[in-house]
Amino acid sequence: MKKALALFLGCGLLLGACTSVKPYQKSRLNDSEMQLSARRVEKTEMSFQSYREASSGANGGKTGGGCGCN
Amino acid sequence: MRKLCLSVVGMFLLCFGSHAQSSSSDYKNMNLKVEDVNIVSGYYSQTGNHAAVTGGIGNQAVTDVSNSIDLKLYNYDIFNRKHSYNIEVGIDHHTAASAQYVSTTGASRAGGTRFYPSFNWQVENEEKRTTFGLGASFSSEYTYHSYGLNILYAKRSKDQNREFTAKGNLFLDAVKMVEPSELRPATTPTIITSASRGHGDDGGENIPSSGRNTFDASFALSQVVSQRMQVALLTDGVVQQGYLGLPFYRTYFNDGSVHIENLPSSRFKLPVGLRLNYFLGDRIILKSYYRYYIDNWGVKSHTVSFETPFKITPFVSISPFYRYYIQTAANFFAPYGVHTAADQYYASDYDYAAFSSNNEGINLRLAPTNGVFGAKGFSALELRYGHYKQTTGLQANSISLNLTFK
Repeated sequence: MKKALALFLGCGLLLGACTSVKPYQKSRLNDSEMQLSARRVEKTEMSFQSYREASSGANGGKTGGGCGCN
Repeated sequence: MRKLCLSVVGMFLLCFGSHAQSSSSDYKNMNLKVEDVNIVSGYYSQTGNHAAVTGGIGNQAVTDVSNSIDLKLYNYDIFNRKHSYNIEVGIDHHTAASAQYVSTTGASRAGGTRFYPSFNWQVENEEKRTTFGLGASFSSEYTYHSYGLNILYAKRSKDQNREFTAKGNLFLDAVKMVEPSELRPATTPTIITSASRGHGDDGGENIPSSGRNTFDASFALSQVVSQRMQVALLTDGVVQQGYLGLPFYRTYFNDGSVHIENLPSSRFKLPVGLRLNYFLGDRIILKSYYRYYIDNWGVKSHTVSFETPFKITPFVSISPFYRYYIQTAANFFAPYGVHTAADQYYASDYDYAAFSSNNEGINLRLAPTNGVFGAKGFSALELRYGHYKQTTGLQANSISLNLTFK
């Protein structure tokens, strides 16, 4: 639990260091490879990881339920 | 005078023309249009020697072929809000060597098919910078049925540099109680011999089911840090209740007796993840991900992954990736023949063992402006290969293909 809190605090510090970026300055951020979500083609990998490992979630994918996975 | 008349006619035509164009445009927007169609196919193959069906020993070989098609449609309503409709249908077929030993004779069928359609609707209000969504899903395989519902709310900041998303998921599942042949009560009115539909079964109508409910509250905060960097903080709070094991997984005690695995009937999971993407120079992107996970079954884990897309051209990229994962064992896990009669909960399923894993591979993406292989409408192709290895001895290979049409 302490580690989760440390991660939250670390993220808070990172967010505090943000600069305002205008839409016309986002050419790199809008690149398809810069997406913050998992790729569609990762579906097979994410599926077997949720079956073969006891952990899941916090990646936009499955968290349990919906299948016979953990 | 002639010039004046021509000017008036010209202005009239201009006004009429622009009005007609606007009306036509509004009308078009309200019609349903296809945004994109995605076809994802995958092949997965696994080997190992810790099958849970046979109590943590035995052949763990699995192959799985998956196919799904995802159709995304959209239109605008009279308030200029964008409505998106996502229809997905998936079908997987697997074979598992251990499944044939649900019957002690090895006569059970080792294959099974899963079918899972889903529908999601979202409405996006550009003016308020909000998105609201609802969705429903269904999944069916011989031993497992699931009904899912979800609700979503998202809000973007004024400068479009920050987005907060909250999502609620509810799964109402039923596990068919297909038990190992030697542990089936004599009063069971069926002759089931398979974890999948197979030899000698009666269609499964008489097999009782147990419920499993999952509630998931999911939160994500994404933030642009600079012109080259963006991050996302993700977390889920997951509560599961009901029958959380699988009825055909055996556990052998130290006295030689055999039992069906017995897991606690509730579970709370808390994963917290951070994604950070950085565009380095003009061709290289650094994508990183870290997740810390904890649950009340005693499992703690760390996941770290890196992927570095290298842009050979603006439309072709090749991305090597690496993922490291480590977990502690669940409180109730013990290998074959170690549990005692004094244990309240017991399982020899190596998914709950202490282990670490490495997953490495490569991803190829083609997205030329004139279409993949020059085919108009075929907007992107992605091919991904990965090799996975656990310290338990389990090894797997997977290959996936995603075709996008617009």
